[in-house]
Amino acid sequence: MTSQLAPEPAKARRTPTRPGDRVFFGISFGAALVILLTLAGVAIFLTAEGIPGVTASADQVKSGLSFPAYVGPLVYGTLLAAVIALVLAVPVAIGVALFISHFSPRRLSSVFGYVIDLLAAVPSVVYGAWGIIFLAPTIVPFYRWLYDNLGFIPLFAGPPSATGSTILTAGIVLAIMVLPIVTAICREIFLQTPRLHQEAALALGATRWEMVRMAVFPYARSGIVSASMLGLGRALGETMAVAMVLSPALVVTPNLISSTNPNTIASNIALSFPEASGLTVNALIASGLVLFVITFAVNFAARAIVDRRKDFSGAN
Amino acid sequence: MTTTDPRPQRDRDAEELLSSLRGNTLPLWAPRVVVGIAATVAVLGALSSLGVVRGVLLGWLLTFALPIWSRVVEGPRKATDRLVTLLVYSAFSLALIPLGSIIWTVFSRGLSVMSAEFLTYSMRNVVGEGGGIYHAIMGTLLITGAATVISVPIGLFTAIYIVEYGDGNRVSKGIRFLVDVMTGIPSIVAGLFAYALFVLFFGEGVRMGIGGSVALAVLMIPVVVRSSEEMLKLVPNELREASLALGVPQWRTIAKVVVPTALAGIVTGVTLAIARVIGETAPLLIIAGATDSTNFNLFDGRMATLPVFAYTSIRFPGVPPEFSIDRGWGAALTLLVIVMLLNLVARLVSFFFSPKGER
Repeated sequence: MTSQLAPEPAKARRTPTRPGDRVFFGISFGAALVILLTLAGVAIFLTAEGIPGVTASADQVKSGLSFPAYVGPLVYGTLLAAVIALVLAVPVAIGVALFISHFSPRRLSSVFGYVIDLLAAVPSVVYGAWGIIFLAPTIVPFYRWLYDNLGFIPLFAGPPSATGSTILTAGIVLAIMVLPIVTAICREIFLQTPRLHQEAALALGATRWEMVRMAVFPYARSGIVSASMLGLGRALGETMAVAMVLSPALVVTPNLISSTNPNTIASNIALSFPEASGLTVNALIASGLVLFVITFAVNFAARAIVDRRKDFSGAN
Repeated sequence: MTTTDPRPQRDRDAEELLSSLRGNTLPLWAPRVVVGIAATVAVLGALSSLGVVRGVLLGWLLTFALPIWSRVVEGPRKATDRLVTLLVYSAFSLALIPLGSIIWTVFSRGLSVMSAEFLTYSMRNVVGEGGGIYHAIMGTLLITGAATVISVPIGLFTAIYIVEYGDGNRVSKGIRFLVDVMTGIPSIVAGLFAYALFVLFFGEGVRMGIGGSVALAVLMIPVVVRSSEEMLKLVPNELREASLALGVPQWRTIAKVVVPTALAGIVTGVTLAIARVIGETAPLLIIAGATDSTNFNLFDGRMATLPVFAYTSIRFPGVPPEFSIDRGWGAALTLLVIVMLLNLVARLVSFFFSPKGER
């Protein structure tokens, strides 16, 4: 790159391209191509293996349903669990990010950052095990309380599950899993707020919260949105936590605390795949393709927002 | 007005004027005292008949006395500020609860089965009590090792292409975008991809350790690319220019100057990437399967891994359930310790081996 600073087309090139250079460039470019091929491969292989599952008639697959009827409730469950996770996680994540970036004692803030990052290091299967063995039994009284006091809302129509293996429990576990991701991005963006904006607000007599509201949030708004969407992408694709916590059924219901819960695509694949054979496998792969398309769209939108922000704010 | 104040009249006037400008403020000790009282109430409540949950809730509600007090004395603006400060601290404490609970649960349950036998025996021909996770540890190490061998060259060379050759042209921007997209692939989709790929060659129902490595590599490559890219960008241009000016070919400049300078950062990134994929369960469940015996051959048949072992032991414990669930927690503890150690190693490498001045 730096060797081409002064192009001199008139003279013959002084430094000949050595064979070593060509080989090395070839390897690097080849590695980049492998990534392109892998992504194309993911799309092509999933489509090729999934199409027989989409076109299979209802009696050829284990579920006994046509593909749209089979995947519809799963899409609903996937979105429901992810939305619960986001609704719970984003406000807390913004609070935690603010705590680390603006409210905590300066010297300790990086330590607090590491502590929250520890949450991201915990393997998903450990979250699942914790969810089913500890959280689900612990939270049952709370569901009973919700049912007794807020049962008129369709979300809590009950009757409450006795084991706690509900979509709400799964959503809570997912919320804990996406919390560190959303927090990390929000924290970075809060820290990028121009120093002068903040000091100007403080100098005009704003309290710390007024400074955050008037200087930090307007600057970080699109960043918060894209952080939430990246968290959404993670929550949509998360498998094990849901597969271990939920006691699934093939239903569409707004009820969050009963013992019949809609399953998610990812968890359904994990639960059904080991015993599946024939066209059922293809149907599962097709549902995986649906999941891939949904997460791709969400991530794409999030990246687009981040990139647009880059152009205008000049932060990078 | 008493005559005991020795200060001149002028100072006292100034103080009065200042306090009238400043408005009333709570004493500096107010937050500490309120939080202290609330914490005492929470601990007492947790120990008494109220129970832990209600005791802590009661203590938390008590802390709202601070913004209320502030509203009476200081007015609404400062009260809002104190309320938000309280909520932000609460959010952080709330995030610590699951972390503490998870670590406590895993350690307290996992340590009970931990023994030399547990780590060195497989589950072959074990019914009920006994057995171990040797086969799963070996499977995890082999599959993750193979995934690392696949993804580090690809990831590192892609990063070299983006930083050293691409230099912001359209192709390198496109590659970067694809890497971003790849970051968002759900782990289970990576598993399905590996399965669909291997079905082409080995027929339906294929289960192979190397398939798990391919799936993990799909998840690992984008992480390696992004971290290596950041590290290569940090290498000062002067180093490249000095080397090129001495007549060193570009490829030797990259291999002998650029990469060694960035090596500590790259190793850190790779270690963190390993820590990220070593706990992946879903893709291995699909393509590597589960087995009770030790299998050292990546290319032949099912392989047990720690996450899949923990999942199947806890989700499908069989009869009687308690032994299997205990073993599952043992596997989860082993996995958690491995991941924490990898994170620690990554931090130590970046602390001790990064170039001076960039710590």
